[in-house]
Amino acid sequence: MSAASLLSTTPVASASKRGASRTAYILLLLPLLWLFVFFVIPLVSLVSTSLYDPAGSLETGYAMTGHVQNYVSVLADYRSHILRSFAYAAAATIACIVLGYPLAYAIAFKAGRWKNLMLVAVIAPFFTSFLIRTLSWQMLLGDQAWFADALRFVHILGPDGHLLATPFAVVTGLTYNFLPFMVLPLYTSLEKVDPRLMEAGSDLYASPITTFAKVTLPLSMPGLVAGTLLTFIPAAGDYINAELLGNPRTQMIGNVIQNLFEGGSYPEAAALSVTLMAVIVVMVLVYIRRAGTEELL
Amino acid sequence: MSLPDAPADDLVLEGLTKKFGTFVAVDDLDLTVPQGAFFALLGPSGCGKTTTLRMVAGLEDATSGTIRLGSDDITHRKPYRRPVNTVFQSYALFPHLTIFENVAFGLRRQGRKDVKGAVDDMLELVELGEYAGRKPAQLSGGQQQRVALARALINRPQVLLLDEPLGALDLKLRRQMQIELKRIQVEVGITFVHVTHDQEEAMTMADTVAVMNAGVIEQMGSPIELYEHPNTTFVANFLGQSNLICGTVVATSGARVHVEVEGAKVQAPPGVSGTESGEVWVGVRPEKLNLSEAGSEPDGGSNVLRDGRVTDVSFIGVSTQYIARMPWGQELMVFEQNTGARSPYRVGDAVDLHWSPDHTFLLDPAQDVTAGVEREDAL
Repeated sequence: MSAASLLSTTPVASASKRGASRTAYILLLLPLLWLFVFFVIPLVSLVSTSLYDPAGSLETGYAMTGHVQNYVSVLADYRSHILRSFAYAAAATIACIVLGYPLAYAIAFKAGRWKNLMLVAVIAPFFTSFLIRTLSWQMLLGDQAWFADALRFVHILGPDGHLLATPFAVVTGLTYNFLPFMVLPLYTSLEKVDPRLMEAGSDLYASPITTFAKVTLPLSMPGLVAGTLLTFIPAAGDYINAELLGNPRTQMIGNVIQNLFEGGSYPEAAALSVTLMAVIVVMVLVYIRRAGTEELL
Repeated sequence: MSLPDAPADDLVLEGLTKKFGTFVAVDDLDLTVPQGAFFALLGPSGCGKTTTLRMVAGLEDATSGTIRLGSDDITHRKPYRRPVNTVFQSYALFPHLTIFENVAFGLRRQGRKDVKGAVDDMLELVELGEYAGRKPAQLSGGQQQRVALARALINRPQVLLLDEPLGALDLKLRRQMQIELKRIQVEVGITFVHVTHDQEEAMTMADTVAVMNAGVIEQMGSPIELYEHPNTTFVANFLGQSNLICGTVVATSGARVHVEVEGAKVQAPPGVSGTESGEVWVGVRPEKLNLSEAGSEPDGGSNVLRDGRVTDVSFIGVSTQYIARMPWGQELMVFEQNTGARSPYRVGDAVDLHWSPDHTFLLDPAQDVTAGVEREDAL
């Protein structure tokens, strides 16, 4: 190769490479702008709001005093709400796994030609608004509904027992509303598991249960982790289910934040929001580390 | 206490049948695989060989019939309770486990002690010791194949089933693995049942080959027996290539069967063919045919078909492949070693075809003359 051709090709090659990376940056620009406007700015605003002096009001305005005390006071006042939120979210997540795993497994391996129909059935509830579906559960769980009647009839529920306005109703609502978020990632993971691996397991002296534990379950972990996150995180911050299906003693952190905002206590509401966010981020990091699925991040 | 003539731990299939709906995949199959044999089930795709293998592994339920290992009836035993392991076509290695844990899988399920030592030894045998800590995806196809073999072999099964284990490898690697597999089989002395559609692979590796077609075994025997004395047109065509010419048996003397073929008289050895009377297919392998100039006098006792005309010549290097059109219109294949004794014939040359009567086989005329002819698209 001559020196002239070296000189002529190299700049062209690097220029086209530079051109490619410039295109990448241009393409990234819009999402980055979007993230900045709708995530970074609100986040900064939220954190700074949480540090305002709580003595102010919407009418008088708030003074930025770096009032870290906000965090101490909301933690003291609403500790039980925070714990309850995570307890309900955990219960709903576990219920989603118990209901969703067999369902996803059946769709992935047993549904045959019904596979697509079953997937549509999982997604179909989204065609109706979240609010309407939760209101329907009010009817279903109401004192006069056949479900409560049936439970009373078999004496699982006392003569003046309720289903509605109980922790059970709230967790049921959360489970119902977030079940598809568990089923879909689980299905995607299970669908990728080669059934021949299960045959290999049984060929190598593993009973069906052992094959599940040693082969299928580990291979579906990415789906299980994703499903858990997609269920647990929104469930922990949810307030609709507790509002519509619960009672004042089943209020979750979401309800408190909403009430504080409506009551004009912006700094406390913001402090509580930041706290919720921080706790969830820490929990998610620990969980992913534990589940050994760092590649999700 | 065992009887004096108690069977060894042979694998015995009796009347084994598998139906999928109305489709009969395996039809009343009887088969005995002697202990310690390297046995090949050879057939085109869809002939039922893999289904047979899966029934032995327990991955498919037999519709009827029995599978015995020695004196144990294992027909209805769960796959994880059978002393049988499989090397899967796609290897089916566990992607989330290391090579070490893949190989250790069977031992751990059986609750065996000293897994570490056994796995290290086995990885040594398949020359993958240094890869123990890797995941299957980090290995090449040939290495994955060896892991699949190690994972099955380590359990010392009574029978090792191999389902087209070399199908995913390129030609060079396949040849290498064939030798490797053969070496390991001799070393461990376990019965190997090898399913393949590659006749060359079956012949090079197995001591006994069963040719399967449409759910039944066409013929079984050593590779040489099958090749030299095929009993059906399917075997004659599927194992190598054959010239099949229509003929009529006219007489049988002690040492020879006399057949009339398109006006010529040819002879065949008695007692080795599929049929020996009436109308027959007269078969001869292309490499057994010799060409000479038309009108020349061949050695005494040879079968001769005269007045062929060369219509195609392909020079392969080690040999030359001719196609000769005979007076009755049929085209016959002739493979001639490139010994350099004389220059090759050219298209249009008039030739006589002659061969030793011992290399002649006779087949049932009712059978399809094109059965088992390999088509490129069928593979």
